[in-house]
Amino acid sequence: MENLSLEGALTVTFVRSLLAHANIVDVDATAAEALPNVQVMTAADLDLGVFGPGFPDVNPSMGRPLLVVDRVRFVGDIIAIVISDDSATGADAAELVYVDYDQLPAVVSPHESAKDEALLFPEAGTNVATRAGSPEHDENLFDGCDVVVSGTFVSQRMAPCPLEARSAAAELGPDGRITAWLSTQTPHQDRTALAETLGLDPAQIRVVGLDVGGGFGAKTLNVEEVLVVWLARRLGRPVRWTETRSESMTALPHGRAASLEYTIGGTRDGKVLAYRLEVLQDCGAYASVGAVLPGLTGLMASGVYAIPRIEFESRSVVTNTTPVSAFRGAGRPEASQAIERAIDTFAAELGMDPAEVRRRNFIPTNAFPYTTASHAAYDSGDYEGALELALRSVGYDALRDEQRQRRERAATTQLGIGISCYVEITNGIAEIEFGEVEITRDGGAIVRTGSFSHGQGHETTFAMIAAERLGLPVEKVTVHKGDTDEVARGTGTYGSKSTQIGGAAARLAADDVLEVAKQLVGDYLEASPADIVLDPALGRLHVAGAHSLGISWADLALRASADGRLAELRAEHEFQAAAPTFPFGAHVAVVEVDTETGRVELRRLVAVDDAGTLINPLIAQGQVHGGIAAGVAQALYEDFVYDDDGNPLTGTFVGYAFPSSADLPSWEAVEMETPTPLNVLGAKGIGESGTIGATPAVHNAVVDALAPLGVRNVDLPANGENVWRALRKAKA
Amino acid sequence: MIPAVFEYERAGFVDEAVELLGRDEEAKLLAGGHSLIPAMRLRFSRPSLLVDIGRLDDLRYVREHGDRIAIGALTRHADLVGDAMLREHCALIGEAAALIGDPQVRHRGTIGGSVAHGDPASDLGTILLTLDAEFVARGPGGERAIGAGAFFTGPFETALEHQEVLTEIRVPKTAGTYLKHVRRAHDWATVGAAAARVDGRVHVGLTSMGPTSLRARTVEDALADGATPADAAAHVAEDAMPPTDASASSEYRLHLAQVLVRRALERM
Repeated sequence: MENLSLEGALTVTFVRSLLAHANIVDVDATAAEALPNVQVMTAADLDLGVFGPGFPDVNPSMGRPLLVVDRVRFVGDIIAIVISDDSATGADAAELVYVDYDQLPAVVSPHESAKDEALLFPEAGTNVATRAGSPEHDENLFDGCDVVVSGTFVSQRMAPCPLEARSAAAELGPDGRITAWLSTQTPHQDRTALAETLGLDPAQIRVVGLDVGGGFGAKTLNVEEVLVVWLARRLGRPVRWTETRSESMTALPHGRAASLEYTIGGTRDGKVLAYRLEVLQDCGAYASVGAVLPGLTGLMASGVYAIPRIEFESRSVVTNTTPVSAFRGAGRPEASQAIERAIDTFAAELGMDPAEVRRRNFIPTNAFPYTTASHAAYDSGDYEGALELALRSVGYDALRDEQRQRRERAATTQLGIGISCYVEITNGIAEIEFGEVEITRDGGAIVRTGSFSHGQGHETTFAMIAAERLGLPVEKVTVHKGDTDEVARGTGTYGSKSTQIGGAAARLAADDVLEVAKQLVGDYLEASPADIVLDPALGRLHVAGAHSLGISWADLALRASADGRLAELRAEHEFQAAAPTFPFGAHVAVVEVDTETGRVELRRLVAVDDAGTLINPLIAQGQVHGGIAAGVAQALYEDFVYDDDGNPLTGTFVGYAFPSSADLPSWEAVEMETPTPLNVLGAKGIGESGTIGATPAVHNAVVDALAPLGVRNVDLPANGENVWRALRKAKA
Repeated sequence: MIPAVFEYERAGFVDEAVELLGRDEEAKLLAGGHSLIPAMRLRFSRPSLLVDIGRLDDLRYVREHGDRIAIGALTRHADLVGDAMLREHCALIGEAAALIGDPQVRHRGTIGGSVAHGDPASDLGTILLTLDAEFVARGPGGERAIGAGAFFTGPFETALEHQEVLTEIRVPKTAGTYLKHVRRAHDWATVGAAAARVDGRVHVGLTSMGPTSLRARTVEDALADGATPADAAAHVAEDAMPPTDASASSEYRLHLAQVLVRRALERM
């Protein structure tokens, strides 16, 4: 965005709160506005309402004002906007905006928040934004269980840390239309939301998503982008904003931040009969996506197991911290982290091998479609197959032997082996996606998709899908996305849904174009369209049984073009799957733990990730690799923390332990493909699987290493200090 | 992430740097810049003048100096890692330099910049303190040598006067070991522990265990009295004031230091 040539563009710098909770007494911009060409705006200058929450069941009074009016609720809340000629002046001016705060006690812990003693939104009368599941306990839930065990853990707060921070630019055209260039995952949804927030007709807005880099769920329309677009209209000049790294750490929404408590019960021979999961979700300062994520946790509570009785309950509360939103996995990692820790805790209590306990509880491969007691309708799966493949690949028995030897000689460095069997939900609300295929004058094709690609490689995958249906070489197919003026409709990219609906729409549109082409070829060859077939190897349409009576795409395009009929070779298709899909897999992690320092070294991670049919295995592997890294990062490294006053302690990469490749081993990814019947491609989502599978595998491995020392749990991230604390607790 | 306004001058030789520093009380020397520039970008540090000495290549060397080794202050970490003379006579320095940051940091950061910054998390600071190194500084009044024991005066503070430029560091020819616990490969030490034999005595140094790099003198005394590594290491608490920050709590640091000191001593 910084490189966009925008004549006379102004730079936006946000003045952000330095306190977590305070009333704003006064904002004095005199000194700032004394700098050349600097203008400062506050809420008093704004004629806009509140942003969000946007979910029907979430307390409506907990939305976020676009600029704070009288109260800041987290370090990073936006108090004022500095408009300047360049970013250096903007940074200087922002420092000179004096804010007079009247500090309020900060509510940092969600457990404190849930007591409703200090309220973030007094008018709401509570800090609870929403609830899910049932608060009613079935006292007989664990009837018939020989063994019942419980545990608690925190799926800690994570900063998404895109390498490319956010950026936005907007320009009002001479026709009164506004163009917004955004770092986003959802251009079309952003257009709708901008129109609603700014009181405009969506037709007045063009959103262009550029190659913006990873979003990980966090890069959806937020207050900053709305303000940039509003400013371009208000000022009548182009404006742009690029987030600093520091800003990205506290202003871009965070992920996870859930406290979980599980109870699992079953028989002595390892059969799980009942499971209860309670979640306390930290929404951060304003209730938005984060408030409703526990719904997904509850839906996926059963994991890969046939558990007869399940209870789930969640509360989502606001705190004086960065707002929480979707982050790679978004509600599902919490579910797999809980059930996989619960199964291991249950296995430890029984003294049974955790792999064996899993075998005794899997949903059988012949049971699909299968609806769990937590109400998820799984499409297809082979959970036991995935585990056996992972165990074979890792050499499970030999590792257990090595572990036994180290335990026998009480080695300082112990070996841990952790298993995670997961299932997750992708295309979670069975959305619709738009695809369009158009034959170009040179006999190639353009695919327009309503899905968005910010590094996922749809440009390649969707081209492959269309090319195969049309019999064109893949380099003759170009994928266009992200410009709402060019692509008629779309929902964007999140929830690992792109290929299964966007890819399917592209394929169906390609099939539709082929049908139109058969009509045209029928006309040209004076044959019935029903007799025209495609030779996919040659990219040629011909009369069935008469190869010589045919025409190539290139010739067809030329001829149609000459006849003014090229426009006919174009088709749109909207695809909506009947239901979500459920990718699954099994991860096995091998760790070494120094029992003196607590240091954990991840030695291996074998990952079987089954996302149905793979279109491009290399791209799928890329998604798996990045996903696992994020999952391992949660297991061993990252944790966004605040002090008691709500000041972020991990606001830079010095404090926030974002790992690099130097910290991680090479993953051993093992392919497995169990197609879904829910779309023509047989594809499920793959973008989040690695993350969902990896965290509990590594977490279980660390606990497994320390089991002979009496350790039953290690807090996340399982870094040196948390391991040391667990060891100390076990000794006490 | 944009620094406050500052002036910039490049020094062509050491005395010019000394003179430029004299012009502005808020001037700072710029060497590798890997500590200073991030601090400026966060506006934690706001020098009004930067005096760049990064191109004074004659301060980039490792050579024998009598019975000691002399290291030019602008020698980069990566050069320390690969230096044959250090490997032969004081391998500890190259081994520790290999643990600093990431390749970018090691190819830009300098030994002089690292110690003059006075960071209690500096690996080289701890090692030079442990080795009882000698620091040579040049100022308006000429050159002087500062003993390691007097060099580190507080957090991000050293004995260097405002107008003094650190030019050379002299270390004894000896053997030692350095163990560093990090959360991530490129992190500053959560805790570092150095042990080296100097003048017939075992010196022990600690990183990130107090306001400056520290000598664990109680541990050293116990060793001199014949304590085992484990018994000596148990005295670490008497020598340290470990901070609590985002990478570790004070109590975990103390535990780590005991383990690392014991292990370092066991390797001696």
